[in-house]
Amino acid sequence: MLAFIIRRVLQAIGVLVAVGLIAFSMFRFAGDPINQLVSLDTPAAEREALRDALGLDDPVPAQFLRYMVEAVQFDFGISYQFRQPVSDMLASRAPATLELAIVATIFAMVVGILMGVYSALRRDSALAKLLQAVSLIGISLPTFLIGILLIYVFSVSLGWLPSFGRGEVVRIGGWTTGLLTASGWAAIIMPAITLGLFQMTLIMRLVRAEMLEVLRADYIRFARARGLTDRAINFGHALKNTLIPVITVAGLQFGSVVAFAIITETVFQWPGMGLLFVQAVQNVDIPIMAAYLMFVGAIFVVINLVVDILYTVVDPRLRSSLRAPT
Amino acid sequence: MPEETTDHARPVVDTAHGPRTGDVIATPAARLGVLARAWDSDIAFSFRRSPVTIVSAAVALVMILAAVLAPWITPQDPFDAASLNMMDGFTPPGEPNAFTGNVYMFGTDPQGRDMYSAVLHGARVSLVVGLASVAFSLTVGVTLGLVAGYLGGRTEAVIMRVADVQLSFPAILIALLVFGIARGVIPPAQQEQATLFVLIFAIGISNWAQYARTVRATTLVEKSKVYVDAARLIGLKPFVVMVKHVLPNVTGPVLVIATINLALAIIEEATLSFLGAGMPPTQPSLGTLIRSGQQFLFSGEWWILFFPALALVLLALSINLLGDWLRDALNPKLR
Repeated sequence: MLAFIIRRVLQAIGVLVAVGLIAFSMFRFAGDPINQLVSLDTPAAEREALRDALGLDDPVPAQFLRYMVEAVQFDFGISYQFRQPVSDMLASRAPATLELAIVATIFAMVVGILMGVYSALRRDSALAKLLQAVSLIGISLPTFLIGILLIYVFSVSLGWLPSFGRGEVVRIGGWTTGLLTASGWAAIIMPAITLGLFQMTLIMRLVRAEMLEVLRADYIRFARARGLTDRAINFGHALKNTLIPVITVAGLQFGSVVAFAIITETVFQWPGMGLLFVQAVQNVDIPIMAAYLMFVGAIFVVINLVVDILYTVVDPRLRSSLRAPT
Repeated sequence: MPEETTDHARPVVDTAHGPRTGDVIATPAARLGVLARAWDSDIAFSFRRSPVTIVSAAVALVMILAAVLAPWITPQDPFDAASLNMMDGFTPPGEPNAFTGNVYMFGTDPQGRDMYSAVLHGARVSLVVGLASVAFSLTVGVTLGLVAGYLGGRTEAVIMRVADVQLSFPAILIALLVFGIARGVIPPAQQEQATLFVLIFAIGISNWAQYARTVRATTLVEKSKVYVDAARLIGLKPFVVMVKHVLPNVTGPVLVIATINLALAIIEEATLSFLGAGMPPTQPSLGTLIRSGQQFLFSGEWWILFFPALALVLLALSINLLGDWLRDALNPKLR
């Protein structure tokens, strides 16, 4: 068990180092960092001094090592376009993105589970078939078009919801939140739906499939024989047993939600990390791109690691199979 | 949907269809040769039995034809600024312009660009990027998958590990990163001509892993079959066995992935262009047109955004549905 955890942690660190290597190569080799930091009329001597100060003449492995040591301390260098430390910029934008991703995930789970349960229990009803069809179209529609459609209906035509920004935010320590003001809630509704829609259809299909499977199980038949009400069987027994895979999927997908926020944030001009990243790509601001890659990579790696370890803790059957080297 | 085409529908038509292969009487099919036999095949059969698939195929075909023929069937070249008349700007679809009296089916944008011409030319760019990037990721993915599955060992471990890591990141993020890096590496003067190729590379490289995974799995199954042993026994080189004997047997699943991936690649390109990390406004794809049309939504000029968006959705959805059908039709287990 312990050996497995250690091996798994080492693997995760390996992946992170690989991601760091990509980030470092981008930073070091995609364009000359010096040219980006100085103006056109900077004399050559000054450029050399800066090159020396930044250590760009050191051997490449030494530079990589320094880059990783600094990255671990959340130091990702200076943004080319804003002349500010990248880590400060990411930190000030992180609350917006994380809040959006969390609200979107909760929305996707609540609505997805409800729709999934309904379409499993009333499999042949017209509404269930409609939900299936809508979910298929929902997957085929590009995210940004769904966002634009929502803006057109609820902002332009009806004028109910704001089409951009976070609304009023409240500062609590280092965190800004829009969830304490009415305008903040109004602003997050459409971005959260846009971002959560894909996850919602995924969860709906998953819950439906799992429910249909579970409802055929012996213990459900036994529960019926005991004379339990439909409600107790469907929600107390069947749904409970489908929730484990659903929560796993929702957890594993969280990294993707954060990454897909790039599109949603651009559509709604949501002041998060995704919008910062897109602007960095447009302006070739490599330090921001590299730092964002490291950040998303870390989220993916940590979530996968936690899920893997939790699985072996929760399910003893997995342990014996893990002992054999794979 | 494909489900209803397969199981229960078949016997009903079989009886109505008269004698089939194996009967002594020469059927019309046997006499008419290749075309008729194709018409009689399982795939054509499941195609005919699925109205959704027929409609999708028709829509996809019309859109692709319109895109290919765009320079000959559109009234103006939307990239040629000289052919545009500012007086024609903001003409609503189907209504005569207030100054010039010209009527445009899809309306015009602020520069007086006919949206019908712009959409067809845009679809052309979208399709070129989509097809080329699919071809690129298919080549890379199939090669690496075949090598991994056939050679095994350390080569396989390295290739599949990279594929695993890449598959856990969304394709759009990888494509954005590649695009950003390319912007940093390519000198500014050549950037505009290079964009098309950068996009093809970025989208292609973000999608190869899926092919590699599928091809490796299929190769592992095929490798253990007797015909591979036989080919090796007569002294063929591994490369020849891979390309001439194993490769033809993995084309089915690859074709399915490629079709569905074409829809995804078109959407990915549109998303990149929409984010401002794609085709420039001087050579717009459907995504670029949507990006520039978005700002006019608030002032009521909905058609500048609507027609490119509709074209994108129809194209992606019809190809997607075709891919779904192909997957079910090629999978004997679902018959």
